Amino acid sequence: MGTSFGRGGATTFQQDLQNADCILIMGSNMAENHPVGFQWVMEARERGATIIHVDPRFTRTSAVCNFYLPIRAGSDIAFLGGIIHYILENRREFTEYVVNYTNAPVIIDERFQDTEDLDGFFSGWDAEQNAYDIQSWQYKDMPVHAAAGHRARDTAAVSEATGGHGHPIAHHDAVCDETLQDPNCVFQLLRKHFQRYTPETVSQICGITPAALERVAKLLCDNSGRERTAAFVYSVGWTQHTVGVQYIRAAAIIQLLLGNIGRPGGGIMALRGHTSIQGSTDIPTLYDLLPGYIPMPQAGPHDDLQTFLDHHASKTGFWAHMDAYTVSLLKAYFGDAATPENQFGFGWLPRITGDHSHYQTMLDMLDGKVNGFFCVGENPAVGSAHGGLQRRALAKLDWLVVRDLVEIESASFWYDGPEIESGRLKSEEIKTEVFFLPAAAHTEKEGSFTNTQRLLQWHHQAAKPCGDCQSDLDFYYHLGKCIQEKLRDSTEPRDRAIKALAWEYATHGERAEVDAQAVLAEINGTDANGRPLSSYTQLQVDGSTACGCWIYCGVFADGINRAASRTPGIDQHWVAPDWGWAWPANRRILYNRASADPDGRPWSERKKYVWWDKQKSEWTGYDSPDFELRKNPHYEPPRDARAEAALGGAEPFIMQADGIGWIWAPGGLRDGPLPTHYEPQESPVANMLYAQGSNPVRQEFERLENPYNAPATSDDFPYIITTYRLTEHHTAGGMTRTLPHLSELQPEFFCEVSPELAAERGLHNGGWATLVTSRAAIEARVLVTKRMTPLRIGNRTIHQVGIPYHWGYKGISVGDSGNDLLPIALDPNVHIQESKAATCDIRSGRRSRA
Amino acid sequence: MTLETRMGFFTDTTLCIGCKACEVACKEWNQLPADGYELSGQSYDNTGALSGTTWRHVAFVEQFDGEAHDLIAPISFEDGGRWLMSSDVCKHCTHAACLDVCPTGALFRTEFGTVVVQDDICNGCGYCVPACPFGVIDRRPDTGRAAKCTLCYDRLKDGQKPACAKACPTESIQFGNLSELRERAQKRLEKVGTIDARAQLYGADTNDGVGGFGAFFLLTDDPEVYGLPPSPRVTTRDLPGMWKSAALAGAALAAAIVLCTVGAPNGE
Repeated sequence: MGTSFGRGGATTFQQDLQNADCILIMGSNMAENHPVGFQWVMEARERGATIIHVDPRFTRTSAVCNFYLPIRAGSDIAFLGGIIHYILENRREFTEYVVNYTNAPVIIDERFQDTEDLDGFFSGWDAEQNAYDIQSWQYKDMPVHAAAGHRARDTAAVSEATGGHGHPIAHHDAVCDETLQDPNCVFQLLRKHFQRYTPETVSQICGITPAALERVAKLLCDNSGRERTAAFVYSVGWTQHTVGVQYIRAAAIIQLLLGNIGRPGGGIMALRGHTSIQGSTDIPTLYDLLPGYIPMPQAGPHDDLQTFLDHHASKTGFWAHMDAYTVSLLKAYFGDAATPENQFGFGWLPRITGDHSHYQTMLDMLDGKVNGFFCVGENPAVGSAHGGLQRRALAKLDWLVVRDLVEIESASFWYDGPEIESGRLKSEEIKTEVFFLPAAAHTEKEGSFTNTQRLLQWHHQAAKPCGDCQSDLDFYYHLGKCIQEKLRDSTEPRDRAIKALAWEYATHGERAEVDAQAVLAEINGTDANGRPLSSYTQLQVDGSTACGCWIYCGVFADGINRAASRTPGIDQHWVAPDWGWAWPANRRILYNRASADPDGRPWSERKKYVWWDKQKSEWTGYDSPDFELRKNPHYEPPRDARAEAALGGAEPFIMQADGIGWIWAPGGLRDGPLPTHYEPQESPVANMLYAQGSNPVRQEFERLENPYNAPATSDDFPYIITTYRLTEHHTAGGMTRTLPHLSELQPEFFCEVSPELAAERGLHNGGWATLVTSRAAIEARVLVTKRMTPLRIGNRTIHQVGIPYHWGYKGISVGDSGNDLLPIALDPNVHIQESKAATCDIRSGRRSRA
Repeated sequence: MTLETRMGFFTDTTLCIGCKACEVACKEWNQLPADGYELSGQSYDNTGALSGTTWRHVAFVEQFDGEAHDLIAPISFEDGGRWLMSSDVCKHCTHAACLDVCPTGALFRTEFGTVVVQDDICNGCGYCVPACPFGVIDRRPDTGRAAKCTLCYDRLKDGQKPACAKACPTESIQFGNLSELRERAQKRLEKVGTIDARAQLYGADTNDGVGGFGAFFLLTDDPEVYGLPPSPRVTTRDLPGMWKSAALAGAALAAAIVLCTVGAPNGE
């Protein structure tokens, strides 16, 4: 999303789904996993919209949609490519939108070669480095950014989950063909790229009929244009693949072609998996980002602030102010200790030295390279791919701190894990010292959640934490205090950062609890006089402003906690700006300048949202305009203009250096400027389009502990396995399998199989099955259901097995863990594991206890 | 009591997404224990039926007939594959047999027109259990006393809607006065009926065997598909007649005795 549009967040909000004329839900089981937000899909259906669900399983979402289509797990890019093919071949694109608001007319470097030319590779492939040199993906005659040649290889190619913006490019040097005819323009390259994604070919890859694909494509096209809009909804069914980011890119391309971004009832609704996942990338728990999607500096190339800024900041668009965002962040971190002389403490920031993502860290742990580990808000023993490896890695630690509501599997693996049961590990031989610290629940603390639609909502403390339970905020505040105290007399250079940290917050009560609103105020930012800022446009480069996360600036405007706004929806306009506060600038639909035509008039009365008010000479409408309020739609920037002044009056994607939506990604992604169908790491079928089977840039870990199932030709693992969640349980189950009222609703680990597969393997409804991969053998109860559809792929029947991944060995409801089956194979851009498609075998009966 | 003053539920199953929030909210509010932790193998339904400790129950009915389940043809809502979900609850009958048979007065009709068991008065006799034509009311295994949905009598008294209706994210469970709910349901039926000919209201007819339900439903198939009796009758319907017959018989007997006594020759 960041690469395509400029910001790593859902482009719309769930309430707006009610305005859609068609909703395609794919890679998501929204009704089961986002039941509250799903009311808006139901509302759209009741208003006459067509709701389509494309998924390997017929779920509770499918049950209430108008049209359900079963598809092979891992074939979504082929499907979406088929839709792109349909749009282009039938000239169903929204031409005026495409020409003005996307990079479809831009001409690309003539050295570029497509996967069609190179049998599954783009030009620039470096087999030795297992990476692309992206120079040939650039706009024609565009001076390539200083470090861009190496960007895709060794730096943070920020994108989807990490949510960066499109990479910095020079603006207004692009050569364009607005007739979209030049063979090297993005539009024609796109057409060529997807030429072979015909309904016939796609149906073969996905296991569907050509008619079904055409039906979905036609529904989307018929419900797009001036008068109508269609929305996409996706969740981790798209992200958890070795080519996951490109799944979302494919959706972005469709929505740009159909003119559905920035308009009511349109957009791409990225559904985050739980309460503050969006918040945890905004103010990140990710290793390669700082708050507000500022990249984490690297050791070596980013020794000084200026080099760092030169490397990452765009010259044009709002990212040109990255210097002000960064300096203000450093001021928030280090306070008075941050001065222009010491580059505002930039040197004190930790540096990236490589891949420090979760899976790499666990593998390093397995190798004895990690001594201590804080396990907070996660339960890798159950929730991460290849649970056996995760647990064996934990057993190599010196110390482990687990903070959770209950003693979860990651805290108890050393005495009751499957490895103890099997004798593979012995408690007395595990040296890991586990500190279990009880955490306070959300009802026992105040703070804000940033939900799936970038909306910050404040929650108040309803009850005091019991016993030793403590909120994360209090825990880390006091831990920081303890560490600062211990380092008080240290003269070690390495301790300077912690000593310089501004770590003073008002506390109250006998337990010295931190006032969470004071933290929100710091995140919001203050001016030189300590007054709250109201907009990130006020941030300065000279150190006179401090701001903990520039995109959140305004949440505490005028000293009022706007996240706590609670005007009920029925008492205000449907956009409901007085409920919570959405970043940026309390904006609910992003890029909403695109809801008006280039002249600033609504595309249609029916889809009116934000428009140019000629009389007042400003943008107005139902939402906070995502544009400079007084920039005339006919504004043409002077050639040497910088920052937002360099963006024209009809360039709605203001975070992009060129102000337009990226159908083509000249950079920012490691695996290509366009999405391409690759098979999952493990697939029972070969890639029907290219000799190159899987994403060549995917992260594989070839090591004894992480075996991959044999390739497509082998019969050992003939079935596809896909993991998912149920309404009744939450992720690894720590919060739900421990509760009687939820455990009784889904009391046991099960797998779902079709009657045909049940007959083939002698499985019985309610009986037991053993699932086998080269990582593990686990047992599950069997649900035989016609909701699982065998698919025809070529002349073969392909069966898919569904497994919810909630279970583990602690709690009221216990069972084997689905994630134990999976390998570690990751998307190269965001390091997310492929858990939505792998291969397995399934046998009748319980697993061996020997 | 008129429909205007009677409060109840309209459960619109066409809006149900099977999330079971109603089941959980009900158990949380009413402090009911879990029933057990065994997989039923019956689709996603693991609580099985309404009971003394489960006062809302979501049924899951998988309808995929042979033809629709073609190997390569897509299953779709319109092509016939369906997964029906419906949240069942006590019907709060207009003529409630459970109430009729209760010997202790533990069951009573409230000012909202709902039927409620008073836990502290119930003596656990269990007469109400077979009296219910829906198999709703049951004795709790932990207390031995009868229990069922109270339509959150305590919440109603505080002017709040029942916990299940409050928790339902899609307004499948609607709470209100019965006259308004029936009107709404009729309109809804007219709309849904044009898409699905099987759509029908269940329990909205005041002339049915229980005089209409205080909690009625919009279904998209026959009631028996959801495990509901197609034409429920209040089991005490014949009681007045029975009493009448019994009274007649008694009177006749008494008369006979009197006659015998009067007519007998005086032995003295």
